[in-house]
Amino acid sequence: MSTTAPTGPPQAPVETAPGAVPVVKVSVPRRTVFSELRAIRIVWRRELIRFASDRLRIVTSLVQPLLFLFVLGSGLQRLASAGTHGVSLRTFLYPGILCISVMFIAMFQAASIVWDREFGFLREMMVAPVRRSSIVIGKCLGGATVAGFQGVIVLALAGLVNVPYDPLLILGVFGLQLLLAFTITAFGVMIAIRIKQMQSFMGVMQMIITPMFFLAGALFPPSGLPGWLTVLNRVDPLTYAVDPMRRLVFAHLTIPPLARHALDSGVTWWGWRVPSLVEVAVIFALGLLMLGIAIWEFSVTE
Amino acid sequence: MISPTDGNDARPAIAVHALAKDYGEVHAVRGVDFDVAPGEVFGFLGPNGAGKTTTINMLCTLTKPTSGWATVAGHDVVRERDDVRRNIGLVFQDPTLDSYLTGAQNLKLHAELYGVRSDLVKPRMEQVLRMVGLWERRDTKVMTFSGGMRRRLEIARGLMHSPRVLFLDEPTIGLDPQTRRSIWSYIRQLKEQEEITIFMTTHYMDEAEWCERIAIMDHGEIVALDAPETLKAEVGTDRVTIHTADDSAAIVALEQRFGIEGRVSEGALTFGVAAGEEFVPRLFAELGVSIRSVHVSRPTLDDVFMSFTGSTIRDAEEDHAKHRNRVMMQVMSGMRR
Repeated sequence: MSTTAPTGPPQAPVETAPGAVPVVKVSVPRRTVFSELRAIRIVWRRELIRFASDRLRIVTSLVQPLLFLFVLGSGLQRLASAGTHGVSLRTFLYPGILCISVMFIAMFQAASIVWDREFGFLREMMVAPVRRSSIVIGKCLGGATVAGFQGVIVLALAGLVNVPYDPLLILGVFGLQLLLAFTITAFGVMIAIRIKQMQSFMGVMQMIITPMFFLAGALFPPSGLPGWLTVLNRVDPLTYAVDPMRRLVFAHLTIPPLARHALDSGVTWWGWRVPSLVEVAVIFALGLLMLGIAIWEFSVTE
Repeated sequence: MISPTDGNDARPAIAVHALAKDYGEVHAVRGVDFDVAPGEVFGFLGPNGAGKTTTINMLCTLTKPTSGWATVAGHDVVRERDDVRRNIGLVFQDPTLDSYLTGAQNLKLHAELYGVRSDLVKPRMEQVLRMVGLWERRDTKVMTFSGGMRRRLEIARGLMHSPRVLFLDEPTIGLDPQTRRSIWSYIRQLKEQEEITIFMTTHYMDEAEWCERIAIMDHGEIVALDAPETLKAEVGTDRVTIHTADDSAAIVALEQRFGIEGRVSEGALTFGVAAGEEFVPRLFAELGVSIRSVHVSRPTLDDVFMSFTGSTIRDAEEDHAKHRNRVMMQVMSGMRR
């Protein structure tokens, strides 16, 4: 401020004449179940809007599954042909790829909480008169939906790997993808809430996701493994998403019984083949558990 | 929906009693008391690190007070957190917009989170966006907005749900003068159109002049609280700035002839004196050092700040920065142990 005599407050130009726009008085009601549902819906919709406006991400997220499926699948075909009994390795890999493509995108979705914190938007949601749980639920459902839709793109590749476009199969795969995406998003959000920086989140995720992906049997059948690997495979939650997916896809293939036995012998617990429903229940229960932890964590942060 | 405690305008919009916040050893806010009347524009003035943002965060239910209490719109900020949140609008110092969404989408999201009646969302949005001059840009993504446009959008968003108290934490920081002026014009317009109390922090002295009352905060305490004019009157003296042929001789002469202590700053000699305009003729007659120019000014808020804290706001900020560094060093060495 200069030493000149103040002439009172500076005259501000009034850009809009007062009263030019009618005053609309609104009010904020007390919290109800309905208002919480509205909050969940808008947090969910924000994820969809952001996804729809980011076409580049839709394309780039396809690169990894395509590499696995066509480069790894075609490259290893000759080596593996003795074990696959005439079934293309790409066909065998396909259910696993359906899972991992969803998984990576769901993780990325969860990372958006770290972004939101870094760019301040999280604060806008934190100060709203809604439950923290509504924000977390909206976030997880949004992530699940986005990842599920991304999965549909990989699903569309079915014809290229000799998997039929059967409506029941498509519905089933889509359902499983949504469920898996939900659980992974909840898992990611649970971790993301604790992490303040994007780099750390990516590092932590890499450390957790890569082993989970390798151990889950997305790239090999889960039977007849060495003992230590069998144990690790069975404790990996992702195993229980890959197995029902593979069972679902293989149920719609016409392949020799020998090949079916070699490639889709399934996950066993002490010799008992775990039914798909139980596996689905495991994934769902884990998702709910991690959602619960995420909500709790989110509620105690200031 | 109107609760029994809503709409009672007889009570202060904000009431604060012995509110304090400690961060470990650091006393960020040391027991402040004040009331803000409904419809008032109340300013919190002080250097960075004086405790303004901590106070605002406590009033907005973002930070829990260590002791004392506060009510906003008649609701306790700790026990009735949600009721406070329903009644306040916030514009933060740091941006909190989703830049991947359009302006309208940001506002819509806010309205949904706050449960604004669906049929009122559009008309209210039009009103607030027109007010800040962004109605035509509503369908543009925020990432293309300039800093000033973003701040205007944040103000519009803070008003989306017709809050009874609007908190503005340094709303004009880092903005060009023109945008700063237009933001003030919205605030005035708002006051004309809606029943709203505005609580803001700033460290621009000239902006504080716009407030009806200001509280000067320093080192976590309120050192003065009144209307800007009253505070300036309390300072009593006018500020006289002179350019002389020989400043050091002039300082000695001032001291001997008038008993006034002068200071040289930025190439000019300045001193405070009551009734400065009447003093000027005496000055010319009796100083004995030739004077090239003279300038008399009424006390500014800078002088007010100076008289209550003993330093200019800029010096105070440097002090605080040093203090913060020292505290950080202490904390870090404590962690190592």
